[in-house]
This record gives sequence, C-alpha cells and structure tokens, in this order.
Amino acid sequence: MMESDVASDAPTNLPRPDVSGHNMPRLSLHVPEPKFRPGDAVDFADVEVPPAGSVRRPDTAEAASQFTDLAYTLVRVLDEQNQAVGPWNPQLSPDKMRRMLRHMATVRAFDERMFRAQRQGKTSFYMKSLGEEAVAVSAAHALDAEDMCFPSYRQQGLLIARGCPMVDMMNQIYSNKGDKLQGKQLPIMYSEKRFGFFSISGNLTTQYPQAVGWAMASASRGDTKIAATWCGEGSTAEGDFHSALTFATVYRAPVIFNVVNNQWAISSFSGFAGAEATTFAARAVGYGIAGLRVDGNDALAVYAAAAWAAERARTNAGPTLIEHFTYRTEGHSTSDDPTQYRSAGEPTAWPLGDPITRLKDHLVAIGEWDDERQAAMDREVAEEVKAAQKEAEKNGILGHGLHQPLDTLFDGVFEDMPWHLQEQRQQMIDEEEASGRPWARK
Amino acid sequence: MADTESAVSEQVPQGNTDQAGDTTRMNMIQAINSAMDVMMARDAGVVVMGEDVGYFGGVFRATAGLQKKYGKTRVFDTPITECGIIGVAVGMGAYGLRPVPEIQFADYIYPALDQLVSEAARLRYRSSGEFTAPITVRSPFGGGIFGGQTHSQSPEGLFTHMSGIKTVIPSTPYDAKGLLIAAIEDNDPTIFFEPKRIYNGPFNGHWDRPAENWSKHPAGAVPEGYYKIPLGKANVVREGEAVTMLAYGTMVHVCAQVVADTGVDAEIIDLRTLVPLDIETIEASVKKTGRCLIVHEATRTAGFGAELSALVQERCFYHLEAPVERVTGFDTPYPHSLEWAYFPGPVRIGQALKKILKD
Repeated sequence: MMESDVASDAPTNLPRPDVSGHNMPRLSLHVPEPKFRPGDAVDFADVEVPPAGSVRRPDTAEAASQFTDLAYTLVRVLDEQNQAVGPWNPQLSPDKMRRMLRHMATVRAFDERMFRAQRQGKTSFYMKSLGEEAVAVSAAHALDAEDMCFPSYRQQGLLIARGCPMVDMMNQIYSNKGDKLQGKQLPIMYSEKRFGFFSISGNLTTQYPQAVGWAMASASRGDTKIAATWCGEGSTAEGDFHSALTFATVYRAPVIFNVVNNQWAISSFSGFAGAEATTFAARAVGYGIAGLRVDGNDALAVYAAAAWAAERARTNAGPTLIEHFTYRTEGHSTSDDPTQYRSAGEPTAWPLGDPITRLKDHLVAIGEWDDERQAAMDREVAEEVKAAQKEAEKNGILGHGLHQPLDTLFDGVFEDMPWHLQEQRQQMIDEEEASGRPWARK
Repeated sequence: MADTESAVSEQVPQGNTDQAGDTTRMNMIQAINSAMDVMMARDAGVVVMGEDVGYFGGVFRATAGLQKKYGKTRVFDTPITECGIIGVAVGMGAYGLRPVPEIQFADYIYPALDQLVSEAARLRYRSSGEFTAPITVRSPFGGGIFGGQTHSQSPEGLFTHMSGIKTVIPSTPYDAKGLLIAAIEDNDPTIFFEPKRIYNGPFNGHWDRPAENWSKHPAGAVPEGYYKIPLGKANVVREGEAVTMLAYGTMVHVCAQVVADTGVDAEIIDLRTLVPLDIETIEASVKKTGRCLIVHEATRTAGFGAELSALVQERCFYHLEAPVERVTGFDTPYPHSLEWAYFPGPVRIGQALKKILKD
C-alpha cells in the first residue's frame, strides 16, 4: 500500500485556524410550504397588487441595470373601474381588443371541448390553459406574425391567435389520419412552422436556449425577426433556463423570455422554484437583462409588455424577461387532480380575476361591447369549436385505434433511412402480417 | 390469465427474511413505498426527494404518506431541475446521508447525466473512497401507457455503459421491495428503474385484453417488514430445456405469456440487476439449453441486449446451437399512436422463438 505516501488526516505542524464551536444555535433546514392546503380557507391578502397605471414605463433602450424596481412590482393597465390607465396602456383600437377577446374565448372553448374529449376516451391526454389565456393570446397580437415562438405546452393561444385551423390542432390531439405529425407526438405537442411555432418538447425549458439560438442566428444574418419563448415558473429551475439567460445577455440576443408564473407546477407551489425569496422577473437582474413583472390576467398589460420587449429586441437593445403573474385555475393536465394538494378555494379567490372577463368589462365600460354581444360571441366560438371537432373526428380518434400507415413509424428518424431501420421496418410489417391484427394499413 | 401466473415461477425468491414480518398483497407502487418506509424507519439518514414526492406523494403515488410520517426535512419536494436533484443528492451523500431521489420519468433524466456519470459514478474512484455517493435514483421507465416519446423511454443502456453505477430493474412487487431495500443499503450509486406499465399488474403484452392486477400473482404477496434481494442475483422464473430467455422488467411477463401460449420449454431468467450482472446464472442456463433469446423494450442498437449477446457468445460459444437472438424496441423514438407497433410484444417474441428453435 502507498498509504504513507498520500495525504493523511494527521495534522501538520502549521498553525491552523480555530475550527470548531462557531455554529450556535443548531442549523435547521427550511422546506417551503404553501399557505393553503386542501380544506383551508383561502385569503390572498398578502399578494401585493399595486394599482393599475402606477408603474413607470421606461424607454425601450434603457440600460438593463435600471430595471430592479420593475422586477418587483406588477405592470397593470386595467383598473378597478375597467378603464385602461397609465403609461403602459397600449391604446389599442376596440377592433383589436375585440379580436383578442374572441381569441381568448376561442381558446377557452377549445380547451373545454378537448378536455371533455379526453374524458370521453377519444384521446390520451390534454392540457388546458384556463385563466392563462391572455399570456399567449396577447403576446401573439403584440408580436409580428414572422417572429418565432418557442412555447411550452400551455400556449395553445399562440396558435389560435395566429390563425392555425382548429381542425389541424384537433387532428394532432387525436393522433388521427389528418395529424401531420403522424401520431408520433403526445397530444398538444404541436409543431406549426407555418405559424412560427416551434415543435413542443415534453422536456422542460429545453426551448429556452433554442429560442436564444434562433434569435442569435437572426441577428447574425442581419434579419429583422425576433424570437419569443415561454416556460412555467417551476421550470425556471432547470439548467436550460439559466444557460439561455447567460447566452442572451452575452450576445444581446433579440429574444423575449416569458415566465408564466401560474403559482403551481403540478403539486409544487412557486416556492419550490424560489418565489418565497424573490420574484421570477428578478432573475433578469442578476443576468443583466431587462425584467418586467406583469399582471398576467390583464390582457392589455401583457400586450404592452410584449410590445415593449419586442421593440427593445428589434432595436438591438437586448433581451427582456417578462414574468406573467397568473394562476393555473385547473389541474396541470388530464392526469392531475389538484384537489389532492391545494385548497379548492384558490381559483375563485385569486385576486387578479379572469382575463376574459376583465377585457370584456373594459370593452363594455368604454361602450364598445355589451353582454348580448358577448353571449353571441360565446355561442359562435362554441359552434366553431364544435364544428371543428366534428370535422376532425372524421379523420378518426385515438380511442378507435391506429390511423397512420404502420411504416410511418420509421419516417423521420433520419433524413435517409439507414439499413438497420429498413430491416426493422420490414420486420414490423412481417410481424403485422403474422399477427392478423386489424391495424393493418388504413 | 392463469397461464401467465403458472408460467411465472411459484418459487418466490427468498432473501434474508428474518425481519420480513407478515405478508400482505401489494402492487408494485405499494411495494416500493413500503421499501422506502422500512428503510426510513431503520436509518435516519435515508431521505426521499424529488418533484411532487412530498405532500402529494408523487405523480404515481410511490411516496404517498412518507412526508406525513417522516417529516418535511426527510421527504421533500424539489425544484424542477434534474441535474440539481442528483447533484444535491450527491452532496447529501457526501455528508453521510443516504438519499433516494426520484426522477419523475426516466425520459427526464438526461439533464442529470453529468451529475450521475461524471460525479456520482466516479466519486469513490477519484477520491480513493474518501467520498462516496450512496444514492438510489428511482425513476419510472418504459412505455405502454400512451405517454409518447417523453414518457415512455427505456434508457438503461446509457447507465450500464457507465462504469461505477449499478442498474436495477424489478419485475414484481416482491422483487421491487427487496431490490430497492438492497439498493438503498448499497454504498454505491444505483439507478432503480421502475417499469411503470407493471406498477398495477403483470402486463403480458396483450394490450387489447383486459388488464390484470397484482392481487392474484404470487409475487404480489409482499412481506411488510425488512428483507433484501441481493443486487447481482438473477431470478430463474421458469426452468426449461429448449431455450434461455433473458429479460427484465415488463418483458419478463410478456416472455412468460409467450411461453405459456406456445408451449415452448423455455428457461426464463429475470436479470433483476443489469450491473452487476449475474453471469453465472446466465452462463449455466445457456450451456444447458444451447440457445439464447434476449428481450428488452429499449431500442436495439448498442442496447443492453448487445452486451448480453456478446457475453453469451464469449462464454458459451461452443455450447450454442443457434445464433443468439435479440428482440427489442425499434431504433426510433417511442411513438404515441403507434405504440403497440413499436412495443416488442408477443408476436415479435414468438417469431424470434420460432427462428431460434428452427436452427
């Protein structure tokens, strides 16, 4: 043994610092705990909601070091009297606001219908965005149609607002023969390049550095398009989030980071992503990125922040991180039951209201809308969604078996199929013939 | 499915059962829960951590009730960062604790690879044993639940390829508990992949038949107390003379069903631990039968089946009467709607059996 040659625990003759007895009292480990659990009465009085219009709107060229105050407040436009007020008021035309309202209502109707379809066994999985519709819809209206979106799994509003046919979305959800992804992806993991919507991954926040890369490429080629990306507050913990922010600040990438703080990551409240100690917008401060914290249920505030960040990006002034302070009204997905871990009183007690109701009330308050028109619109979007569903179901539903030619299983692994995949494809076809199964070519 | 049950060994493996206590019926999730419960009661250093594992008790309920029983500092939710979860577990292990981190789906383990491969697996070696990583990483893996490509993968081959990390995959509630206890007690890092398709019952590969549960399966009888199944010891679930079938996890049950359906006198070996591998049991069996069929759900190329095939060829070449065969998932991402065309089910296994017995 070479024990005598290597360092041992024996003290040297050199003087050593005092090494013990400094820590009094004993340490204790802090483990975050949400305020309310099932059965608890809910009171969100400690959620600080500054008055609408009270937050300054800096110049889009302002140095990133000047945003600390904006990372700890809430940009709000719609006030308690349903008026749009303050420097962040985007001064949108009634027509534009009505379009945004309709898109949000469409998302909600679409979600309701597809959630029910999953419960009816027509597909395997669905994720609603109830209460968070403004986060995606307003951004889509503020961005240019050519700007590239790198969404997470709850921004179906981007697709609806950008005009993606609902039938196409439903075909994907049903993995049916109209699904251009050939049933390869889990429902709602859309890919819609024609609508500037990157292929969704089930892995969290992987899209963040990709958005930065896309934005860097656009900048390096002297293009005019910018990128925007979304993730939940829970997944800001992932390493990819931090890699993305580092690259974005280093290269001053024309990208908008959206953190959708809907308070819950499945059963983990935002405290498990660091919300007890700071805000998510404040992550920007340490990276030297402009940070804004926005009332995510205020469609006009979301629009204003996105438009502001887009102008900053377009003028080579750098990236922006926007925290959208909102609330996940329902479960994480069809696989989740939030009554197991949070108080049922939370959704109704949420102090920032409902994004659709708030925009509607504003339009009514300025004399540009009324309850009858709202009811008519709701009926119309419900009919549109229903008609789309009927159309999509003509292409089949997942619950009724396979709708893709079997050999499509091997398409797209590589551009050209190597010998081993060709062999395996043949094996699969032979297997199918041997099995006599009814899922032959349809 | 009485056939399946008779095909799977009656002789439930017995570890050290002195403290095993009364036996009760458990599904695999309950057995895994029980293993952690037993170990947390025995060893104050055992801590359970991961996304949603605390108050909620895990998305598959594997940690249900543990936080209430052992408190928040021993059973806690974590931020959503797999590299953080494993890195923190390594640090806690370095302090002297015995962390049991959960990665919610094996498909999400990749951000943790650096901490697993470069750190946990190498710590003992690079510090001459000054520091070790006695962590057990639990993670549901495998497909058959319409989870698409991000909830269905079988990445065990990545870990068996890395030196310094053990890989364990149970196929029954009884094994899951005994192996998990052994893994937690083990002083080296272990990946414990839980085949989620068989959490609730021994899936026989016939997706279009009614699901079974563990209530009637012999290995659904699980001692309530402490017992271990040693890592590195395979289980011969069916003795036979015609061919050796090597499998683990879900595929053990699919193989058993195929054998029951075809009447082939196969010897089915449930490997239970991939690293360290019970090569003696494999070698003795293949030398007896002269034929070897390897079955796994993971993709084929450079999968663990390739290692098994090489080992059998190296050690049993002169006893082989037919080329070693592999039945695996295809070399594609795990598809959503074509899941059952991808899955190496009874037809694929049956065809391979026919081929290997013909030679």
